[in-house]
Amino acid sequence: MSTLSRAPHEMSLLPMTTIDTTASSAPTSGTGLACVAEWLTTTDHKRIGRLYLGGGALGLLSAVVVAVLLGVERISTTSELLEINSLSQLFAFERFGLTYLALAPLMIGVALAIVPLQLGARSLAFPRVAAAGFWLWLVGAVLAVYSILNNGGPNGGNPRFVELFNVSALLVLAGLIAGVVCLVTSILTTRAPGMNMRRIPYFSWSVLIASLALSIALPVVAGDLLFTWIAYRYPSPENVLSSSRAINDWVGFGFSQPTTLLFVIPVLGFFAETAATASGRRLVPRGVLFGAIGLVGTAVFATVVQTPVTLRPAFSALDLGDKLADLAPFALVHGLPLLGAFVAVALVAKALATRPKLQAPLFFGLFAALLFLSAAAASALLHVGDAALGGTTFEEGNWLTVVFAGVIAAMGAVVYWGPKWWGREMSNKAVLPLALLVFLGAELAALPLMVAGFADQPGAVFPSVNADSNAIVAFDYAGNPSLWNTLSTVGLALATLAVLAFVALAVRSFRGDANAASDPWEGQTLEWAATSPAPADNFPVVHIVSSAEPLLDLRISDRSGR
Amino acid sequence: MLALPAAPAPAPRRQLLVGTAVVCAALTALLGGMFALYVRLRDESLAASGHWLPEGVSVPMVPANVMLCAILPIAIFAQWAVYSAKRGDRVHAGLALWLVALLAVAMINAQANIYARMNVPATGGTFNTMFYALTGLMVALLVSGALFSAITAFRYLGGRTADRELVTAHALYWYFLSFAFSMLWFVIYVTK
Repeated sequence: MSTLSRAPHEMSLLPMTTIDTTASSAPTSGTGLACVAEWLTTTDHKRIGRLYLGGGALGLLSAVVVAVLLGVERISTTSELLEINSLSQLFAFERFGLTYLALAPLMIGVALAIVPLQLGARSLAFPRVAAAGFWLWLVGAVLAVYSILNNGGPNGGNPRFVELFNVSALLVLAGLIAGVVCLVTSILTTRAPGMNMRRIPYFSWSVLIASLALSIALPVVAGDLLFTWIAYRYPSPENVLSSSRAINDWVGFGFSQPTTLLFVIPVLGFFAETAATASGRRLVPRGVLFGAIGLVGTAVFATVVQTPVTLRPAFSALDLGDKLADLAPFALVHGLPLLGAFVAVALVAKALATRPKLQAPLFFGLFAALLFLSAAAASALLHVGDAALGGTTFEEGNWLTVVFAGVIAAMGAVVYWGPKWWGREMSNKAVLPLALLVFLGAELAALPLMVAGFADQPGAVFPSVNADSNAIVAFDYAGNPSLWNTLSTVGLALATLAVLAFVALAVRSFRGDANAASDPWEGQTLEWAATSPAPADNFPVVHIVSSAEPLLDLRISDRSGR
Repeated sequence: MLALPAAPAPAPRRQLLVGTAVVCAALTALLGGMFALYVRLRDESLAASGHWLPEGVSVPMVPANVMLCAILPIAIFAQWAVYSAKRGDRVHAGLALWLVALLAVAMINAQANIYARMNVPATGGTFNTMFYALTGLMVALLVSGALFSAITAFRYLGGRTADRELVTAHALYWYFLSFAFSMLWFVIYVTK
């Protein structure tokens, strides 16, 4: 393994001056209040990212425990584990929690913590905006949970708390949008000299695509939430925006596919990154892989126009014939993302044919990419009108696949880039089984729900089940009705336990003095040129980049020089 | 010992301008989504009941048109500030920035006049909710724009005359607002 360090002549060079280099996050030296103040006021992107990761982990664990309880409740209509009147709000908590309190912060947190390092930048663009975004998200998250607990979530019975939920969801979205704006600006403006757009790392590219898509899609969700908030604040019987199902009807698309798919686009970049590192080769053709990841971003069309049905009149006007007028909008909003995901995964998998090193992050990346691929396929199937899967548990299974694709990728990112954030490594052997367990748990949780969806088990984004407890297990199915719900619950419980074990292992591994090498995986991109843990301003000098894999080039030239 | 080649400090890359452009794109999506839902619910209401505006409510066109007449000079003044800043003309740049802020305040005043003359209660039908949500959001954006102008003017006149990117970003924000208000004027006040 090559040791990367600075040449003596570099010491005299001026630091990069185009971006904020005053990140106030030298290693914590104080204790108590000083330490808290440092974290509260930090502008170091690694700390902001880690705050998001911590918040996302808490959100994940709380929401997934509720999901397991709901799964147990679903096994039988006679179950009295949960209060029947609370089911609607618990479903809302599960959906909102896993999407916006777990998946979104985990993905944005990883991106904030690593992208500037990958770009060779000394800081994130607008770090104070990103920090403010985290605190907005946190306040919104706490208020949203509080309002749901008080029967104020979607379909809730307490109008004042439903109103509070609207405001808090707006705060959550505002925080996330602040984060993605900083990421887009960073990638477009803070790249190291020589790093043109074709040379940016795969993960950063996928983050750029996801961030651009989210910066268009999330405001649309926020706009509809703004309407429902004002409608709940000033309700009237004739106002369709203040009806009991208004949030479900008008904002539900923000909690379902393909909107949720946008959050996990970086999964593809992470898989490419870890596969390139494990194989020790350049992934080719780079442009096609970039294009494939970019294609997944077309899912944003579906989010913004909400349904191919909306697009159909435009295609009908072109006199293409009925069949083509049906197929073209569907292919645009659901087919292209699936095609992009398939091409990206296939291209990356090709690199694994040459006996890659068995590194744990590669497996996390592979499992996450497989889940992403199945989620994209299921999302396309969900929107086939003749399959009539809308409103069934198929959508719920599809959504769980998306969530766990993001969760596994975030876990893999912690393993892979942990040395840059904490200065310590996690044991390869210890985390590998956990990756497999979460993957199996996620598949076991999602697939039975999809099968039950084909048998017409009702499910929805925010189900209204208060009136009829039988509704949640009602099937058009002759077999044992509890079978699929039992399997799904077992899968969720397995995934939950594996995530818990991972969190415990991570906390244990990352405590204590820093001892990780600068480049423990023999990575190819610029973040591995920084020390472990990376200092507050990332790099003491600005590096020139002359290829997409500068560290691989160095290693090759070192070998050929010997 | 391996080391990547080091570089001198790179040239500035217009971070503020790019950030403003991304924010403007996000705000365009926000307003675009809201307009789309407004148009959809209006069409559904017209198809179902034949009316959209609450009974007895009329939209005062004069202040709405005054707002439209104000937003176009704002875009010109914002560009005037950029032009003057590039030539190092502090007096004209400052004058243009303060004129932008003044016209923004005049637009907010015109919107208050519309609220007073329409006298639509917030509690009512779907139109009431959407009208206040859209126009209220526009007022919030105008207030942000006025603050942006004031901050830009203070920074520029305070001696940071080399910070021309801020003046350019300020102009970009007002171009966006000109476009956004033109859409609002057409959707809410003209087609109602």
